[in-house]
Amino acid sequence: MIAFLRLLGQGVLEFLQGVGHVTLFLLEGLYLAFVPPFRFRRILREVFFIGFKSSVIILLTASFTGMVLGLQGYYTLKQYGSESALGSAVALSLIRELGPVLTALMVSGRAGSAITAEVGIMRITEQLDALDTMAVNPMQYVIMPKLLAGLISVPLLTAMFDVVGILGGYAVGVMILGVSSGAYFSGMVQSVVPLDINGGIVKSIVFGLLIILVACYKGYYTGRGAEGVSKATTETVVTSAVLVLAWDYILTSFFM
Amino acid sequence: MIKLIKVTRSFNGQRVLDGVDLEVPKGKITVIMGKSGAGKSVLLKHIAGLIKPDSGQIIIDGFDITQATGRELQEFKKRFGILFQGGALFDSLTVFENVAFPLREKTRLSEEEIRKRVRERLDQVALPPEVEEKFPDELSGGMKKRVALARALIQEPAILLFDEPVTGLDPPMTNTVFHLISKTHEEIGYTGVVVSHDIPEVFQIADQVAMLHRGRIIAVGTPEEIQRFPDPVVQDFIHGEIDYMEA
Ligand SMILES: Nc1ncnc2c1ncn2[C@@H]1O[C@H](COP(=O)(O)OP(=O)(O)OP(=O)(O)O)[C@@H](O)[C@H]1O
Ligand SMILES: [Mg+2]
Repeated sequence: MIAFLRLLGQGVLEFLQGVGHVTLFLLEGLYLAFVPPFRFRRILREVFFIGFKSSVIILLTASFTGMVLGLQGYYTLKQYGSESALGSAVALSLIRELGPVLTALMVSGRAGSAITAEVGIMRITEQLDALDTMAVNPMQYVIMPKLLAGLISVPLLTAMFDVVGILGGYAVGVMILGVSSGAYFSGMVQSVVPLDINGGIVKSIVFGLLIILVACYKGYYTGRGAEGVSKATTETVVTSAVLVLAWDYILTSFFM
Repeated sequence: MIKLIKVTRSFNGQRVLDGVDLEVPKGKITVIMGKSGAGKSVLLKHIAGLIKPDSGQIIIDGFDITQATGRELQEFKKRFGILFQGGALFDSLTVFENVAFPLREKTRLSEEEIRKRVRERLDQVALPPEVEEKFPDELSGGMKKRVALARALIQEPAILLFDEPVTGLDPPMTNTVFHLISKTHEEIGYTGVVVSHDIPEVFQIADQVAMLHRGRIIAVGTPEEIQRFPDPVVQDFIHGEIDYMEA
């Protein structure tokens, strides 16, 4: 029994230590955005990679998600004779939940794993050490631009996801299934309140930071060799997915 | 002067450095030899402040870098140039950008001046202008090594650490690189630490030779003294290499 408690206590301590370590990593990364040299080009490069290059996949997933919502929503609402609420149902699901969550998961799958691999390879091939010896802070040169890019790109991608998803729902609900176009949009306008939109924005900011943070951290502290990097990459995908869903619950309970 | 006092360091319970004592005289070239896995690369990284020892002191010009933190350490690192064993070239940058990198980060030279200096250094390691626009993964192992050497030399730092600068190079290129190291040493007068197995060639550039074995420095002296050193471990190491070369 005592042995068990000791093990439990040790586990909790290690967990808290880990959380503390990641938090310091995040704070250092963000702090370095405010001290020279500012590295605008590096940030732009990352926004291009994390944001712009994810846009096609976000367009695709968003349109299919919107179409499925249109289809499912239509048949469910029809049972209650309230097809006209389709617009608000689609918009609310997207803005509050699916937009931020799916965008985060897609970006994490596409860019997160690549970031871990990139940073991990820089670690094992001593490129991070080389930066250090050239008096360039690797946290500022490599990590900070990625964190900022996550912070900038993911909310924008989420907004795009929401808009495209709503249009996807429109395509199925209005153009195929015959819900009136006016009802689709006016229902939406009436039922979506600022709190929904703010909640969605906050979520997308938190998720954007979270997935890039996990990806950077796992790469920065990768194990040795190719095996270490491949393990870190897998961990990134799994950890970010779990954390995104967990934080989604936490944030949702705040914005209800 | 660089002075290591009783430096110990373990990785996952394996003691790699077990009380290393070594003095590296200022403005001289010290060669460190030792078996593969003896901890030579780890030792160099300690000197460069990249790894902290578990215990012991590393004193550079009267200043203990194991106690330095943050900005202080960062300032200290500016005095080092290091050629990593694997080159550590930035694979997202071209050869030119790699070699220009330290100048861009540490100095305010004009673009023209940077071009000129990069070309000069690449010439010294016999790399033609076509190579400048290539990326590291388009180069052979020996070419990478030479680019890394050019990048280390261009910084003209006070202390230069070379981790196996000639491993993987052909014999003429080996001579070229050793010649380059001693020539730049005459020009800049840096304090050099060279890890190398290329005996006896490396003795020509060494002012002092030290042998790392089982986590300690077991022999230090001029190249002549080391060649006459009575310890069988040292003799076997030196002659093992020579036999191998003659075979
Ligand atoms: N970051 C690290 N984590 C764990 N072990 C390490 C680390 N760095 C080095 N080691 C271990 O320390 C020992 C010495 O490694 P080091 O790279 O210094 O050897 P070396 O003398 O440079 O060998 P070589 O001539 O082959 O380059 C090895 O057993 C290695 O496994
Ligand atoms: Mg080595």
